[in-house]
Amino acid sequence: MDQSTATRDLSQAGLPPDQIKAVPVRHPGRWLATLIVLVIAAVVINSVATNPRFGWGTVGHYLFSSQILEGLKITIYLTVVSMAIGVVLGVVLAVMRLSPNPLISGASWFYIWFFRGTPVLVQLLFWSFISALYPKINLGIPFGPSFIHADANHLITPFVAAILGLGLNEGAYMAEIVRAGILSVEEGQTEAAQALGMTRLQTMRRIVLPQAMRVIIPPTGNETISMLKTSSLVSVIAYRELLYSAQLIYAVNFKQIPLLLVASIWYLTITTVLSIGQYYLERYFGRGTARELPPTPLQRLRRNLAIRHARVPLPASESSGRGVGVP
Amino acid sequence: MSEPMVIAEGVHKSFGRLEVLKGISLEVRQGEVMCLLGPSGSGKSTFLRCINHLEKIDAGRLWVDGDLVGYRQQGSKLYELRESEVCRKRSTIGMVFQRFNLFPHMTAAENVALAPVHVKGVPKDEAFKRAAALLRSVGLADKLDSYPAQLSGGQQQRVAIARALAMDPRLMLFDEPTSALDPELVGEVLDVMRRLAADGMTMVVVTHEIGFAREVGDKLVFMDAGAVVESGDPREVLANPKHERTRAFLSKVL
Ligand SMILES: Nc1ncnc2c1ncn2[C@@H]1O[C@H](COP(=O)(O)OP(=O)(O)OP(=O)(O)O)[C@@H](O)[C@H]1O
Ligand SMILES: [Mg+2]
Repeated sequence: MDQSTATRDLSQAGLPPDQIKAVPVRHPGRWLATLIVLVIAAVVINSVATNPRFGWGTVGHYLFSSQILEGLKITIYLTVVSMAIGVVLGVVLAVMRLSPNPLISGASWFYIWFFRGTPVLVQLLFWSFISALYPKINLGIPFGPSFIHADANHLITPFVAAILGLGLNEGAYMAEIVRAGILSVEEGQTEAAQALGMTRLQTMRRIVLPQAMRVIIPPTGNETISMLKTSSLVSVIAYRELLYSAQLIYAVNFKQIPLLLVASIWYLTITTVLSIGQYYLERYFGRGTARELPPTPLQRLRRNLAIRHARVPLPASESSGRGVGVP
Repeated sequence: MSEPMVIAEGVHKSFGRLEVLKGISLEVRQGEVMCLLGPSGSGKSTFLRCINHLEKIDAGRLWVDGDLVGYRQQGSKLYELRESEVCRKRSTIGMVFQRFNLFPHMTAAENVALAPVHVKGVPKDEAFKRAAALLRSVGLADKLDSYPAQLSGGQQQRVAIARALAMDPRLMLFDEPTSALDPELVGEVLDVMRRLAADGMTMVVVTHEIGFAREVGDKLVFMDAGAVVESGDPREVLANPKHERTRAFLSKVL
């Protein structure tokens, strides 16, 4: 009885009989929370905008100054090179750590133990003072003749010290991330690849690592962002990255707060760019795991716009969206 | 009579102190379908994995297609094979797993074409053409670009069979290929296997599908606790099993 009445009511409203039109549940708590957040935001924005000691004029003046941009370039360069070293080293160390040979896995364990166990700041200082420990550096056959001789002071410039300090330390962290990724891949995958006649190296490269990426990428994104900021530690060995460039300027004009703001704005900007990059990388390596790839923000935007226009429920897949004005 | 494809002589295998295979001896001839039956834990999968050297045997001898598995014999001495030699041998033996083990980050066609390209060095376009043909032959012509997660269990297992066939194997090993499938999907996989057998493929099949064993099998081996209990013509063994343990097992499965 009830059902048929409901059906009749709906058809009178000119709706298809199975379309649900219900009064949504009210959420008074949400409204209250929204209000509180808005008030706090207003207070913060007001104080930031009106407190003259923030010195926004000075911030604007230095934001694109050549000294700052030069520092920014070096910070980005340090981050990229150190992460590249860290990732390559991490993969090697992780594969070594999983080796059945106890000497090889032990060596990897020792490396990770040592570099994770000492502060990166200490490591940076160490590399910059390495010439005190080894004034001459020789490359050649161990205990045999050497081919390349170099003066440590010339070889280990502040840049090399920075790269070594950051990269070697990062390798230890990346090793654990990569190892977790490799272990997350089912054993049946390796078995299937080997049964096809693939070597262990091919199996690692074609089957295990691509699947491990899904687990490896989110923490690696984290590490990259963390590296961006950790690279500011290099200022202690007087290498002119972003923070040190800002410090050099305020050492002269004493406008510490505005210049630290300038540095922070740039750190935030790059972090944002990196986060976007991470989203797309995750999407790429997630292929095959979900039945459907999550839409990119752009696709989501276009879909939303399309829905607004067409007022037609879109099918789940972008490609099969027919006649709703998606270009 | 045809040449032997697999010969096992007193194959032993232990994991630590657990002796899983206690002297398996059997023979599979070219073109034959041998069905391996036995209770859980009797060592069927382990034996299958020994055949393509995914497990090393501890004692006995195992030959596949005339070659000793995993070793080279010179005089009375055995030399372990190098990885590349083991891989070359494995590439001539196809294996199909209970849980399919398709590569989830590749489409069906990529799964099938992978090994021909990277193990055999077949040009890419040729390998993909062949993959398409193989997938068509297992009834998946419209699934070339689907990822494993988008396929049903039965479809995934058929891709897995196509993937193994792409290497033109001399021998196919099946480890309970239908036990992870819903009952209504079992038939489509067995059909593919039946056709393979009819085409003359040599097959060793671990299965609980008694009907398949009776109909397609040339030989049936019943294993229990790491040893062969009885073997012979499937119809014969299934109709009147001689051994008590075979009888007890069959009464549970049938
Ligand atoms: N890698 C391993 N390490 C230790 N023990 C193992 C290993 N693989 C198998 N075993 C043991 O060997 C025995 C035989 O295992 P196997 O997988 O060969 O049995 P099965 O006959 O295939 O059983 P099922 O029908 O359940 O698949 C089991 O007791 C198992 O626990
Ligand atoms: Mg098994």
